[in-house]
Amino acid sequence: MHEEPLVRWDWIGRNWPSIQVLLADHVVMALVPIVIGLLVALPLGLAGVRWRWLYQPTVGVMNVIYSLPSLAVFIVLIPVTGLATRTTVMVPLTFYAMAVLIPAVVDGLSSVPDHVRQSAVAMGFTPLRRLLQVELPIAVPVVLAGLRVAAVSSISLVSVGALVGRGGLGYLFIDGWQRQFYTPIIVGIVLVVVLAAIADLLLVLAQRLLTPWSRARGAA
Amino acid sequence: MIKFDRVTKRYADGTVAVDDLSLEVPTGEITVFVGPSGCGKTTSLRMINRMIDATEGQILLDGVDVKTIDPPTLRRGIGYVIQQAGLFPHRKIVDNVATVPYLLGWDRKKARDRAMELLERVGLDLKMADRYPFQLSGGQQQRVGVARALAADPPVLLMDEPFSAVDPIVRTSLQEELLRLQAELNKTIVFVTHDIDEAIKLGDRVAVLRVGGRLAQLADPPTLLARPADDFVREFLGRDRGIRRLSFVSDEGLRLRADLTVSASADVSTVRGTDEPWLAVVDGENRPLGWASVKDLPDAGTLADVRLAPYGTFVRGRDSLRGALDAALLSPSGSAIAVDEEGRAEGVATREALDEALGKVAGGVGA
Repeated sequence: MHEEPLVRWDWIGRNWPSIQVLLADHVVMALVPIVIGLLVALPLGLAGVRWRWLYQPTVGVMNVIYSLPSLAVFIVLIPVTGLATRTTVMVPLTFYAMAVLIPAVVDGLSSVPDHVRQSAVAMGFTPLRRLLQVELPIAVPVVLAGLRVAAVSSISLVSVGALVGRGGLGYLFIDGWQRQFYTPIIVGIVLVVVLAAIADLLLVLAQRLLTPWSRARGAA
Repeated sequence: MIKFDRVTKRYADGTVAVDDLSLEVPTGEITVFVGPSGCGKTTSLRMINRMIDATEGQILLDGVDVKTIDPPTLRRGIGYVIQQAGLFPHRKIVDNVATVPYLLGWDRKKARDRAMELLERVGLDLKMADRYPFQLSGGQQQRVGVARALAADPPVLLMDEPFSAVDPIVRTSLQEELLRLQAELNKTIVFVTHDIDEAIKLGDRVAVLRVGGRLAQLADPPTLLARPADDFVREFLGRDRGIRRLSFVSDEGLRLRADLTVSASADVSTVRGTDEPWLAVVDGENRPLGWASVKDLPDAGTLADVRLAPYGTFVRGRDSLRGALDAALLSPSGSAIAVDEEGRAEGVATREALDEALGKVAGGVGA
């Protein structure tokens, strides 16, 4: 009996079309929660800055949600959102993203120096315009830092969904484990890591492009 | 003109920041609000553009109660310079300066052209225009802050301790820059500072406020120095009031003697007979070279060969009596050489002349 190689390239070749499908599914399930999470975190973060008393309870609730094991949440959601649906996976991931992004938005807005905010008021900005043209742009570096954390964690957590029948590349782990066949597992790991690295890189590039003014901030 | 009419600011917790303040800020002048921390000077300033609203009383801007004007609209018509410049870190310098024009809906190109014009006006290199604030020094940032406040050409400028976060040398140059600009622009400026020297240097009028937000005295600097209203003002003004006051006394009353200057090319024999102990030696273009001590003159040669003592000069018609006195104290002759704007000697202010001028100043203080 010849020794089994660690990676069977022919398997990859034969299964490439279905791997692509899993990859696409993975990307969608990781990305949608981030986008929705950010869209929800922005108003909640703004509210947290505007009404300080709101902030601590919000963060408390978010931290409790964040501490729930993802698998448990997936199982609890099955009766509501269905077995093996994208929604079952994306709902908890959206909350995880919010748990990271709400504090990021609040910290970002708090990073606007007081003299900058006051000078914006004194120049005659209306509150909305001040938010859109001064405060949010200055919050971008901090929010993007939170987004990097949320993106990477979302990409890796999607895999757990495989245990409830919808986990994108996570399916490859279950498949490989059940058959004691390493190739799918290795392919899955490599693709998840590459995906996370690409997402992170894109966000770093976005930061460079969006905030050329923040690069050497420490020297100011 | 800005008029404070019985203005009081009381906070919800009962703290009174400004107490029954009435005063007028004349158009085209610099009025300085000065006082220790807690005297309500910044609060008073911010009530003008409604960053803080007065609890009682009225603030009238050219006769219009500011409370009747929508705050953003009001503020776009009033320049504001804040302590740490408050530049927007995410915007290039040119766009920082163009902030108010953008808010007013000017065309982008027009706004930027105006911003470039102002950068030049406040003495900044136009290369700075495309940089971000963090790439500028504190003094440069503050100049940008002034340019930004002037961008939409507002008639009124509010300055909230604008120069207190920079080092003394930069501060002096910024102060001089402001006076130079003001001579060209004639804005109505309200300037807040805790530094009485700055107040005296910049103010056409100085309002001294005491803790609790009460006006202690409103006067022009020479009057303030000569006749402080009470012990608080006297103490706040600090030492050397008399000497500092001389900065505001023109040197025009100072008698000059034209017969005490002598050309360096003159032979020593031509001056030996004089009764004067010292003669001011000038070159061919009438520029001072130093003082010659008559009793120490050599037997032969010209005055160019004589070892000269140090001298001090003041610019006639521009420097104050303080400048003239200072120049006199820099020389063993005890006299000051008056020069014109080009540095050519116009004459000599002797100790006797200075004494006479100082006597007139002291006599003018009154009771």
